[in-house]
Order: sequence, then structure tokens, then C-alpha cells
Amino acid sequence: MSGGELVVIGNGMVGQRFVDALRARDPHGNWRVTVLAEEGRPAYDRVRLSAYFDGVSEGELNLHTPHDGVRLRLGEPATAIDRDRQVVTTAVGEYRYDALVFATGSYAFVPPVAGTELPGVFVYRTLDDLAAIRAYARGRRVGAVIGGGLLGLEAANALRLLGLSTDVVEFAPRLMPVQVDQAGGAMLRRYVDELGVRTHLGVATTAIRSGPDGGVAALELSDGTALDAELVVVAAGIRPRDQLARDAGLPLGPRGGVLVDATCRTADERIWAVGECAAVEGTCHGLVAPGYATAEVVADRLVGGAATFPGADTATKLKLLGVDVASFGDAHGTTEGCLDVTFTDPATRVYAKLVLSDDAHTLLGGVLVGDASAYPTLRASVGGPLPAAPLALLAPDGGGADAGALPAAAQVCSCNAVTRGDVDAAIADGCADVPALKACTRAGTSCGSCVPMLKQLLDAAGVAQSSALCEHFDVSRRELFEIVRVRGIRTFSRLVAEHGRGRGCDICKPVVASILASLGSGHVLDGEQASLQDTNDHFLANLQRDGSYSVVPRIPGGEITPEKLIVIGEVARDFQLYTKITGGQRIDLFGARVEQLPQIWRRLVDAGFESGHAYGKALRTVKSCVGETWCRYGVQDSVGLAVALELRYRGLRAPHKLKSAVSGCARECAEARSKDFGIIATETGWNLYVGGNGGFRPRHADLFATDLSTEALIRMIDRFLIYYIRTADRLQRTAGWIEAMDGGLDHLRSVIVDDSLGLCEDLDAAMAHHVSSYSDEWRDVLDDPDRLRRYTSFVNAPDVPDPSITFTRERGQLVPLRDQSPTGSEPTNGHRRQPVTLGLPEVRR
Amino acid sequence: MTQTLTLTWTTVCLLDRLEPDRGVAALVDGVQIALFRTADELFAIDNRDPVSGAYVLSRGIVGSRGGVPTVASPLHKQVYDLRSGHCLDLPGVAVARHDARCRNGLVEVRLRQEG
Repeated sequence: MSGGELVVIGNGMVGQRFVDALRARDPHGNWRVTVLAEEGRPAYDRVRLSAYFDGVSEGELNLHTPHDGVRLRLGEPATAIDRDRQVVTTAVGEYRYDALVFATGSYAFVPPVAGTELPGVFVYRTLDDLAAIRAYARGRRVGAVIGGGLLGLEAANALRLLGLSTDVVEFAPRLMPVQVDQAGGAMLRRYVDELGVRTHLGVATTAIRSGPDGGVAALELSDGTALDAELVVVAAGIRPRDQLARDAGLPLGPRGGVLVDATCRTADERIWAVGECAAVEGTCHGLVAPGYATAEVVADRLVGGAATFPGADTATKLKLLGVDVASFGDAHGTTEGCLDVTFTDPATRVYAKLVLSDDAHTLLGGVLVGDASAYPTLRASVGGPLPAAPLALLAPDGGGADAGALPAAAQVCSCNAVTRGDVDAAIADGCADVPALKACTRAGTSCGSCVPMLKQLLDAAGVAQSSALCEHFDVSRRELFEIVRVRGIRTFSRLVAEHGRGRGCDICKPVVASILASLGSGHVLDGEQASLQDTNDHFLANLQRDGSYSVVPRIPGGEITPEKLIVIGEVARDFQLYTKITGGQRIDLFGARVEQLPQIWRRLVDAGFESGHAYGKALRTVKSCVGETWCRYGVQDSVGLAVALELRYRGLRAPHKLKSAVSGCARECAEARSKDFGIIATETGWNLYVGGNGGFRPRHADLFATDLSTEALIRMIDRFLIYYIRTADRLQRTAGWIEAMDGGLDHLRSVIVDDSLGLCEDLDAAMAHHVSSYSDEWRDVLDDPDRLRRYTSFVNAPDVPDPSITFTRERGQLVPLRDQSPTGSEPTNGHRRQPVTLGLPEVRR
Repeated sequence: MTQTLTLTWTTVCLLDRLEPDRGVAALVDGVQIALFRTADELFAIDNRDPVSGAYVLSRGIVGSRGGVPTVASPLHKQVYDLRSGHCLDLPGVAVARHDARCRNGLVEVRLRQEG
């Protein structure tokens, strides 16, 4: 069987992964695919469902990728299967199949107690469930969750975030009974208590009672007590959705589920099952990793492969209520004769257990609560020799768990089934950093928990990146910043004499210039500083390919009066500058010769313009949409905020350029999430996103904080920017800086929200100094003959314009005349423009 | 295209006009020269960046590589040996170098045709 009509029932995470996997293996589309989905929206990330309550939008959870030759029928569940006619029936019609795949997933199990049908009782499974919970919670105070497992604790956190006082009822004697042991559960409970969530263990819910309004009001428990509850979430487990298969006469597993063999095929050779609905050799798996494995197996089989289910990796690592919890392998020590090594630290509230074979040589499994940093290495070591002594492995910083000790067959990335051998091969092929490894192997591209191991494997292979800035300084930019800041050094010559060697170069000189500027050391063209500047900063303009410069005046927030717009137009006309609107809502004027720059800026400064710092590694622009002032959808004044932010941070020098934007509502017309710091208005304040960028490696910014007041927002951005400026590497944008940070976004939050390093006062003072000492660089140049001196074409012929800058006319404006150098010799890069066809642009050959 | 061969020294500017570790452009017999002053020496090379064809080398950052005085093209950062004109990043690429000296506080340049 290698083609024909394929019907997939279900478009959950695994159903989608199956279609993706099949399309990758069947590039010619031999299988025509129809996906029948019950929900009205395409596949989304159910694992991250709770993020919906943290302000993550539906769109961000979306997992659906459209493919050619795949039709997706949303809101059209299958109702019956006729195996004789090979037809699936829906309310709309019939679909014939040559192959049929069940991907129907699970449903939430609701225990048989009275009152589960009452208004205010919900399950926690779909985005619709969550939307209903959010709507019902409005104006209510007390909630309860039935079930203290993984999903139950997620639901409890959701209720907490919705402002409800929350109780959790669990029938087992501990929280998360499936994943953790008694001691781990006890440690977890201490965290949960501290968050104000009350837990009731070892009791069952016997009934749900209604109040006078007919909605839910209380839970009755098996110990005779009752709990107030105006909203109840039932999270008591899941059951495979196997009714269709049952009705079609297919065999089921002993505890339900569509029974399949190790090839994921049912007793009917045309019918397969993947994900949570599949009872693989009798066992259902309620985790996404084994689900993905079944999807890969069936995709492979449908194109003639011989894949079999590799066995379920039940390892899990998650952050529940802010607590790291991990469980892997034989977590409960059920292997005969196995040994436990445990570590409990009530002070730091860390619990860890390793389960070892009877000879204590082989790692079988383990549980980690409070600190899961050792998880990636430990999980990859299951079934093999211990990578280090047990106590070293359990040390709270995970310092003993080094991926360098893993065997080649150990799986480093379980999300994408990448082994250490795969990673080593990629390194041998030239991958020299984590981004390259991610692109080449897909390791670390899903949950990201193995990223620290990728770094360790790079180290182990001897390709550790030196942090030395260049041949003149052995330290990184970050260390250099601290040296300059703490020792108060303000000249390059002293810095290189005391902390480096040689005369400097085009790498370290601009870095030091930027550090000095960030620390507020006077005008960038004063004294020795001028010689350190890259040509753009040296002339305060942007060098273009022909040796001319472009000029960008600041237009805060993209808001400009007609009068100022006319001035820009007049200047451009009088100096014959090519004029173009930029992506940052500003206007770029091209083709200025060095000696023209002061004349151009005299006119601009007189009209009230300031430097836009388009030439600097500095704040560029804060883009904005028109906001609630005009827009009928806007909820806050986005232009007002953008202008205020741009004026606050103008002139701030950084390791790389900084971009920002403010959107006045969730429609996000300002594209704030593609910026280093982006702000999106909410009904009650501002959401702050950090670490986005366009460019070579586009990246969406991550949600950092929600519903902030304007004052809180500005304080947060102040600290974010100064911390970035002080600690990032050379030319590292905010995205790479956060990615490379130990602990990532959580660490960043702890530093600038919780002040975990005690730095905030200092960061605030540094920004206050920047704001109070700002002065327009161009105005300062125009007022100073010494600074103006550099703006000459030739030192011995200041009246002769550079004869090599020549223009031609294109679409009514002047553009550089190409390849017409007076010396006549060819540039060595050899690019020529060649006409493609009449009236269209030429391309380089 | 032919280039005038000059064997005489041309006075360009006062030494004080040159910032240490920075360059300026000068026009000597119709040829664009990039003139640099380091802590203890003067250097003159063609102003034309041979990689891009733009006349910009005078605006590059002056420094050193392994003890060799250098300038980096401001366009794409190829580094040139100020003493020989050879590009240290691209084998076979070079800029013409010229003679530069200081006499009585005045900077003088003499064109060379080779290189």
C-alpha cells in the first residue's frame, strides 16, 4: 500500500504531526489526505494549554501547517465507519478510504458523582473549555479542582491566575501520584501550600452541590467535610476515545483504546491508530512524545517502511505552579532489586531521587522536584552507566551531570528523537554553535530542555567558543564593560595598556566606544573616542555602497506634523537626496556627501529635528499603530506611549541596534512582537514582550509581563535595557542574549522583576542618568568647529566634491551610477547588473 | 587609464590636522589618497576600496594585527596592511601604497605607481 485515499479522524497534536510526517515522506502526494476534525479550529498545542491564561493567544498555540493535497474538514466529526464499503460517514457526507487513521485522542474522565452536570462544572481539555472557565470565573471568588495530578495542578494554577481562591482534591495520598513518589509529592505540596492553593489528599469527592442560583456551590468530600466552590474543574484523568472503533467492531485494549500492534495497525489491515486513542500492544500512552512516535511509525508504514513503535518514553519535565518537576524511567523503583539514592534539602526545597540497578551501575529512573537542571542528562542516561557519581549528579546545580559522558546512542532530544551520535556527527560536519545544531538536527527546537546539553556536547567536542573579544582583549564584551564601569577607565589607550595588548582593531574599538557611550562619557566625537568609532558613528550618518551617506531624522512614534514633513521634503529637494520611507516609520534621505551633512543637519535641527541614531548601535525607532485616539478597535494610546518611550531611550547605545513598537490592541498592527521590546495594549494596561527581531533569523518576542501600568512598564523596560547593555556580547541582539542566558526568560524575570541579584536600584539609576544627560548629537556637532572639521571631502581640497560619487536617474530620483569608477579597474567582488527583461529590475549575476 | 607618475613631494596639510589613529582623504595630482597617522608613523594608500570600488578607505578604523599596522575597510571590513597595502583577509588583493612624511610640521605625500 503506497497511495490512494487516506482519511484521518482527528486533528489534535498527534493527528497533525502524523499529517506533517506523511507529507514529508510522500513528497509527490501519492496519498490524498482528508482530515476530519471535531473542533472548529485546527490543531493547537494542548501541552501548553494553560499558557492561554498567561496571556498567550490562540494564534500562538496554533500547530497547524497547511499542506498541498490535504483537506481539513473542521467541525465535521466522523460519526460511523463502514469497513466493508471502506467509508467514513459524517453529518455532511461520506469519505471513501484506502487507509484510515484514528487520531481521536482522549476525553476527560468525569467520575460518577452527583452534580457534575451543574452550571459551573468544567473539564480542562480544549481551548473552548478554557474560554468557558475564564468567562464563568468573572466575579466569582472560590474555585476547586477535582484531581491533583499534572492536569489538576495546571487547572489549579489557572484558577489562581483568574483570581479565585483554590482548593485541590486528590484521591491518592500525594500530588502527581503517577509521576512522583511520596517524598517528591510532599516537597511539591510545600510549594503549592505557599502559593495559597489548599490541598486535600487521600479523600474523594462524593457529591457536587448547587446553590440558590442553580449553579455549583460546594463539594462534599468522603471525610464528611464540605468545601465552598463556585466553579469546579474536573481533572481526574483521561480515557481514550474509542467509541467509533468499538462500533465498527474493531478489537480494543484491556483498558480501552483502539488495539494496535507494534506497527500501530489494527486487526483491519487498512486501519491504523495513533496518539492517545491507540492501545499499542494493549497500552494507551497519555503523553505527547509516545504519541508523536506512533505518528512517525504509521507515516513510515504508509510509504512502505518497516518502522515499529520504539517503546514509550514516559519521561516528563514540567513547570507546575512555578516549580520544576521531572520524572523519568522507572521513577517508582518497580524493578526487582533496584536501589534508591535520594537527596532532600528542606532549606532550598529540592528533592531528588535516582533509581539504580541492583549493582548500582545502571541508571533506571528518577524523580526531581524543585530543581530539574540535571534532567536532560539523566533522562538521556537511563538504561546506561551513570554519567557521574550519584551525589554529584544530584547536587543542586546539576553540576555533575555533564552530557559529555553520554554514550552515542543516548537520546539527547526526546521531542525530535536526536541521539548524542547525531549531534556529534553534526558537530563534525561543522556545526559550531547551538543555533547551527538546532537547524541541522532539530534538537532543542521543541521544548528546548536539551539546549544546555547541546552546549556541553559542543564543549566536549572541543569547539567551545572562546569568549575573547579579539586578539587585543582576552575578555568578553560583558567582562570589558564591568572593567570599564568599575575601574572608571574612560580612554581606550589606558584600557588596552592595562587590560589588553596591541593597538586595537575594527572589532574592539567600536565595542569600547559603545561601552563608553553607554556609560555616558560625553559626546561620541570628543577626544580619543572619535578615533574608535565606526565610520557611521564617526560621521553620524549611514555609509552607503558608493561612499555617500544617508540621513534619518528622528520621528518619534512615526508621528509628524505637516510642517515638519514639508521641511524634510524641501531638504531632500534642495540637496537632491533620494527619499524613501523606512520600515520603522521614518524617512531616509540618501546620497549625501560628507561635506553636505552639516548643511543638511543645520536645516533639520533648525526645524526641530534631532538625530535618529540610524547610524548607531542604539535605539532606532519605536513604531506605533494609530491607537485608541482614532482606531475603533484600539484600547490604549499607543502613539502616546511610543513617543514617550522613543524620547526616553533616544541616544541609548547598546551592543546592537534596538527596535521597539507599541500596538494599541491585540490586532498588533505595529508588529511589536518582531521587536527587541514590544508592547501590546490590553483592556487594563500593557503586555510587554521581549527578545523579538526580524532580520536574518526572525524571532517573535516572548511575553514577559502582563497588564502593566505605564509606570511599571517603563520601570521594567529601563531595567531590561540596562541589564542587556551591561551583559550582552558584542553584536548580540536581545533574542540571542536571552537564549544564551542560563535560565533564559525565567532568570531575566527574576533579575529585573524580583531583583534576585540586588541590581535593580543600580539599573534604575543608570537609566535615570541616561535620560537626564541626553543631548542631541547633531546639534552638539553643529555648535562645535572642532567636531565639524571632519566633514570635508579632501583635507587639501575641501571645495572639491568627491568626483567618484555620481548619480543616474531611476523612477524620478537620483541613485548611484554603478561600476563607473574613474580608475576604470573592476571592483574585485565582480558583481555586474544584468537586464532581465524590459521594464523590470536588473539582477546581479 | 594612465596615472601621472609623480616623483616630487606634495604638501598636503599640517600634521596637527590629522587625528591619531584616524584617516583623512586627500587629492594628490588627481589621485584620491587615504592618509593615516598612528602613534609614531604616517601612512598613505589609495583611497579606493578594491573590493567594492568605493573611495572610502580613509574612513576605516586603524589598528593592528599581530603587530602590523592596519586599516579596515568601512564597507565590508577587509583589513589591509598599511605598510605594504596587502589585504590580510583576501589573498591577492592589495591597494597601492604611497610615501608619506612629516617635514616642519607639514605632511607631505609622494605618489608611487607600483602596487
